[in-house]
Amino acid sequence: MSRAIKVFLNGFIKENPSFILLLGMCPTLGTTSSAINGMSMGLATTFVLICSNVAISLIKNIVPDKVRIPSYIVVIATFVSVLELAMHAYMPAIYETLGLFIPLIVVNCIVLGRAEAFAAKNNFMLSAVDGLGNGLGFAFALTVLGSIRELLGTGMIFGVSVYPEQYGMLAFVLAPGAFIALGLLIAIVNRIKSRTQNV
Amino acid sequence: MAHYLIIFVVAVFVNNIVLSQFLGICPFLGVSKRMDTAIGMSGAVAFVMTIATIVTFILQKCLLEPLGLGFMQTIAFILVIAFLVQLVEIVLKKISPSLYQALGVFLPLITTNCTILGVAIMVIQKNFTLLESVVFAISTAIGFGLALVLFAGIREQLSFVKVPKSMEGIPSALIAAGILAMAFMGFSGIVKI
Repeated sequence: MSRAIKVFLNGFIKENPSFILLLGMCPTLGTTSSAINGMSMGLATTFVLICSNVAISLIKNIVPDKVRIPSYIVVIATFVSVLELAMHAYMPAIYETLGLFIPLIVVNCIVLGRAEAFAAKNNFMLSAVDGLGNGLGFAFALTVLGSIRELLGTGMIFGVSVYPEQYGMLAFVLAPGAFIALGLLIAIVNRIKSRTQNV
Repeated sequence: MAHYLIIFVVAVFVNNIVLSQFLGICPFLGVSKRMDTAIGMSGAVAFVMTIATIVTFILQKCLLEPLGLGFMQTIAFILVIAFLVQLVEIVLKKISPSLYQALGVFLPLITTNCTILGVAIMVIQKNFTLLESVVFAISTAIGFGLALVLFAGIREQLSFVKVPKSMEGIPSALIAAGILAMAFMGFSGIVKI
C-alpha cells in the first residue's frame, strides 16, 4: 500500500510531467485558454494513461522486445480512438473546443514515456496507480495554468467572475500569454524546488 | 493561384504552427539551442511532413472513407507515419548519404512530433484537395522552420545574458517564445480566413 502511495506522489508531485519533466508541452500550452478546458484535457489524458498503462503491463510478457514500441503505440492509439468517439458522443461541446488535441494525445510523450518507463516493468495494479498519479499531476498543472490565464485574461476562474472583464489582459488568453505564463510558472516551481533542497 | 498563395501566407504567418497553434513545441524547445540543429530539424520535418500528408491523404480518401473506417483514422495515421519515417530513413541512407548525414539524427525524433500527425488530420478536417494539402503541408513546414530558426537565433543571444537562477533555461526561453508569438500576432488580420 505504501508503495502505491509513493508511486502516486512520484507522478503527481516529484516528477510532475508538466512542471518538472516538461513533457507534453503542446497540450499544456494549447488547451489552457481557460481552467475548464485545461482540466478536461488533463482528465482526458488521465483516462488514456490509466488504460494504456494497465493494458501494456498486462501484455508486456507476450510482446517481443523488438516490436514493443510500435505495439505500445497501437495500444495507446486504440484508447485515444475510444476516448475520441466517446467524447464526440457525450461531450460535444468540449470535443469541439479541444478539437485537434484529442487525437494528438497519441503523440503525447507522457503516455508513451510512462508505458516504456513504468508499465513495461511493473504489475498492472501499480501501473494503474502510476497512470493515475501522472495523469492527475498533468491535469492539475493544466488546471493551474488554465486558471491563471483565465484570471489574468478575462477576470474569471471556471467562468466565475472575480474582477470586471475590461481590466483583463486579453493577451493571456491568446498564444503569447500561454508561453509567458508557463515560463513564469516553471520559474516559480524551480525556485521552490531549489529552496526545499537547500533546507 | 491566389487561392494557394492565401493558404501559404495563412500557414506560414497568420496561423503559424508553433507560435499560434502550439504544435511541435517539443522540438521547438529541444533543438533550438543552436542554429545548425534548428535548420537540420526544419529540413527533416519539411521532408517527412510533405510525404506523410500525401500518403495519409490518399489512405483516407481511397481506403478509410470508401470502407467506412473513419474511426480508425488516428490508429492508421500514426502507424503510417511511424512506418514512413523508418522508410525515409532507409531510402535516404541508400540514395543520398550526404542528406542523410544532415538530417539523420532528427528523423527518429519526428515520429513523436505532433506537427506531422496534426497536419495530416488538419487537411482532412479542412476538406482540402490533394494539391491544396501538399501546398498546406509545405507552407506549414516552412512556418515551422521559420519559427525554429528565428527562435534559435534569439536563444543563441540569450545564452550570453545573465538571468536569475530559477529563470535559466526553459523559463526564459518560454518567455522569449511568448514575445516572438506576440510579434507573430501582428500578422493576424492581413488575410481574411
